[in-house]
Amino acid sequence: MTRFIAPIITLAILVGFFFVGLHKDPSIVPSPLIGKPAPVYELPLLLKPDETLGTEKLLGQVYLLNIWGTWCPGCRVEHGALLEIERQNIVPIYGLNLKDDPRLARQWLAELGDPYVATMVDTEGRVSIDWGIYGAPETFLVDHDGMIVHKLIAPINMQIWHEDFLPLIQQLKAAQP
Amino acid sequence: MKKMIAVLLLMPLLSFAVDDSEPMEDPEFQARYETLVRELRCLVCQNQPIADSNAPLAKDLRRQVREMLLSGSSDSEIYSFMTDRYGDFVLYRPPFVQRTWLLWLAPGILLLLGGTVLARTLRQRAAMPIDDDDEDEGAIE
Repeated sequence: MTRFIAPIITLAILVGFFFVGLHKDPSIVPSPLIGKPAPVYELPLLLKPDETLGTEKLLGQVYLLNIWGTWCPGCRVEHGALLEIERQNIVPIYGLNLKDDPRLARQWLAELGDPYVATMVDTEGRVSIDWGIYGAPETFLVDHDGMIVHKLIAPINMQIWHEDFLPLIQQLKAAQP
Repeated sequence: MKKMIAVLLLMPLLSFAVDDSEPMEDPEFQARYETLVRELRCLVCQNQPIADSNAPLAKDLRRQVREMLLSGSSDSEIYSFMTDRYGDFVLYRPPFVQRTWLLWLAPGILLLLGGTVLARTLRQRAAMPIDDDDEDEGAIE
């Protein structure tokens, strides 16, 4: 009887490993930037190319930064949710248009609606590297002090908004009215 | 059929065309560049180094490596630039830290365990009387 103990324990350990390991999504890489200051940058605006915006100008407010491009199918999927979040008027959403044709990007906003207070243009993708972006759409939550609080690497939807973002935003707003 | 096999055999040659950038002038830089882009993982297509990936991000990261080399950054500065932004996941050789010690030590631990079990079994077999060989199944305690 004792000879079965070792194989059974080994099997149990393996089952445990696979159970945990196979339930993880390997395409979601945790960002080392959570809890760190947002990277410093300044980029021209999509709709007002003469003006720029960046981390420093956005200090003092809680906001969402949404990374999108017209080449990104997931961005089309989440667009309706972004419009609805904008209508709720709880936090401003800023857009970061990544490696896109500005004409197509402007057309996209004209056709589908514009949920963004402003959209910044990262033509070469350099600012996106500083944000550790690897798969649009991604959405960051940034606090009053310019710290990155949360990051979503997937199309946002109302369920994720209510379960993940809203409680964090309420906490942030309660801490600093 | 033969044609298809010939086409398939030629396919691997296509894989050379991924990194279409000009080689760097200084051969020493080029050598460092080639090592770096093989050691950095592409996050979009996770089982490829940025050297082999066609993804736009891989291309941008290759450009980043190149520019940092030219501006005098050391290899470790380039690696930490990448891990600061993308985490240890970008490294094909993860560092030995609290989260990864089991990963690094597991092969050794398993070898040691297996070796111990093997040695014990062999010793027990050797200690068995020879004439018991036919019915050795139940002999081990």
